[in-house]
Amino acid sequence: MSESPALADVVAVACAEAWRGDGEIFASGMGVMQMLGARLARATFEPDLMVSDGEAFFVAGDLPIGGTNKTVEGWIPFRSVFDTLTGGRRHVMMGASQIDKYGNSNIANIGPWAKPKAQLLGVRGGPGNTVNNATSFFIPKHQPSVFVPVVDMVSGVGYDRARKIGGFIAKRHDLRRVVTNLAVLDFATPDNSMRLVSVHPGVHVSDVVANTGFELTIPAEVPISRAPVAEEMDAIGRIDPRGLRHREMPS
Amino acid sequence: MSQMRSKVITDDEAIATIESAMTIGIGGWGSRRKPMSLVRALLRSKVTDLTIVSYGGPDVGLLCAAGKVRRLVYGFVSLDSIALEPHFRAARQAGTIAEPVEYDEGMLQWGLYAGSLRLPFLPTRAGLGSGVMDVNPSLRTVRSPYADGEELLAVPAIRLDAAFVHMNRADARGNAQYLGPDPYFDDLFLGACEPGRRFVSAEKIIATEDLLTEGTFHTLRINRSMVDGVIHAPNGAHFTTCEPDYGRDEAFQKAYVDAARDADSWKAFSDRFLSGDENSYQTAVSSWRADVGTAKGAST
Repeated sequence: MSESPALADVVAVACAEAWRGDGEIFASGMGVMQMLGARLARATFEPDLMVSDGEAFFVAGDLPIGGTNKTVEGWIPFRSVFDTLTGGRRHVMMGASQIDKYGNSNIANIGPWAKPKAQLLGVRGGPGNTVNNATSFFIPKHQPSVFVPVVDMVSGVGYDRARKIGGFIAKRHDLRRVVTNLAVLDFATPDNSMRLVSVHPGVHVSDVVANTGFELTIPAEVPISRAPVAEEMDAIGRIDPRGLRHREMPS
Repeated sequence: MSQMRSKVITDDEAIATIESAMTIGIGGWGSRRKPMSLVRALLRSKVTDLTIVSYGGPDVGLLCAAGKVRRLVYGFVSLDSIALEPHFRAARQAGTIAEPVEYDEGMLQWGLYAGSLRLPFLPTRAGLGSGVMDVNPSLRTVRSPYADGEELLAVPAIRLDAAFVHMNRADARGNAQYLGPDPYFDDLFLGACEPGRRFVSAEKIIATEDLLTEGTFHTLRINRSMVDGVIHAPNGAHFTTCEPDYGRDEAFQKAYVDAARDADSWKAFSDRFLSGDENSYQTAVSSWRADVGTAKGAST
């Protein structure tokens, strides 16, 4: 293909890649890009994944985002979500308003917890998710105010804190990848600090460095995030026929 | 034959049993199947200094806006389709909730479940290593007595003085039915509550023999031993969802959020919708909908 791929499509593939190799588990994602990623992975290279309608049902087939004509294959009300995540049979892609070098994440509040400058959602399921099942992140705007040295409230547990707990949690703790509008990152370093995996087409490594408020591990050669193949573009078209992804992730 | 006891009462009769400084659990989830008619009745009462336990939505927002919340036990407060609850945010940012108790969502379930099983705590990994431990210094851990010896978080039992949940159907004795996709944790809220103030509002009160007309036996999660009072509350979850009877009133929810932007518009909203009883609320919503419809019609 001579034409460069849309950013939203590159990001969709980068999100989908988070679930590669996961097999028959619950691929859970809140938000358009996360849902698209989970459904894209299931529609292409990871066919055994379970995906939900975002409400209370597992759905089979390529349910478009926001679609209502669903083939239900199971029931997953909130308490079953809790059971499933505690049992470790889930990989969730969350958002984060702040994230640090070891993957401690925050969706709860900005500023001191006792009297926040900005109250956000609260910790939600972040504490339980991050010590129980695999967790990835999608961050729509990669900037220093999000990639911070220290998060204001630890709603999701990072590698340094998990290691301190030790035992079961340290052994099973599994933060997979961070997908942003600029790059893909992971924690595959000796001390599980954040590493640059790839930059999206047109993005320079220096752009990522300038927008990250802590030191990243940067390999000598940083590849370009891959473009979708034809089969993936077909699936993206089926899952997001209205192009909602372009509103989330404009090129 | 002995007479079946009817537990049917009004919202205001239920709220008349509530005293200041009590702990109240509110069922539903975010902006979904919330017992809003009971919350609105609570807003009209004089009680204050409440502890509220909730998977929070506009119930928490309204009670914060009315200054009734001293202590709040929550995992999140959200309107779902609008992520952030404006009154909860304002209250937290102004520091007016004297004692916020922020838990992981699963910890909240565990606390209610322990309360309903009369256990002092239930162990979990959720919360360990997170900020929840930092901001709740009274939380304790417990060590597994078995070979693994793992240290786990002991979520303390939550006991409630009163519980409010909203269901699709109930009979007069308190057997209650959800017809939507998710039971949420309503049975645990009722279970964690002392007998006496366990209130179920319902869209329709039906005969016991009709309980299986609209749903299978799986939907009868709440039985009459868990319920003290039944309130007939058509549209009682408004503006939150009550599937399949109705969905969320997104336009009204947006108007609610818009009105929270400043004191004057919130006063106008409160005067229009929250100054009277439940009937006047429902009437005001109908007339608002007619106005909005007219405005839309005029602009096209």
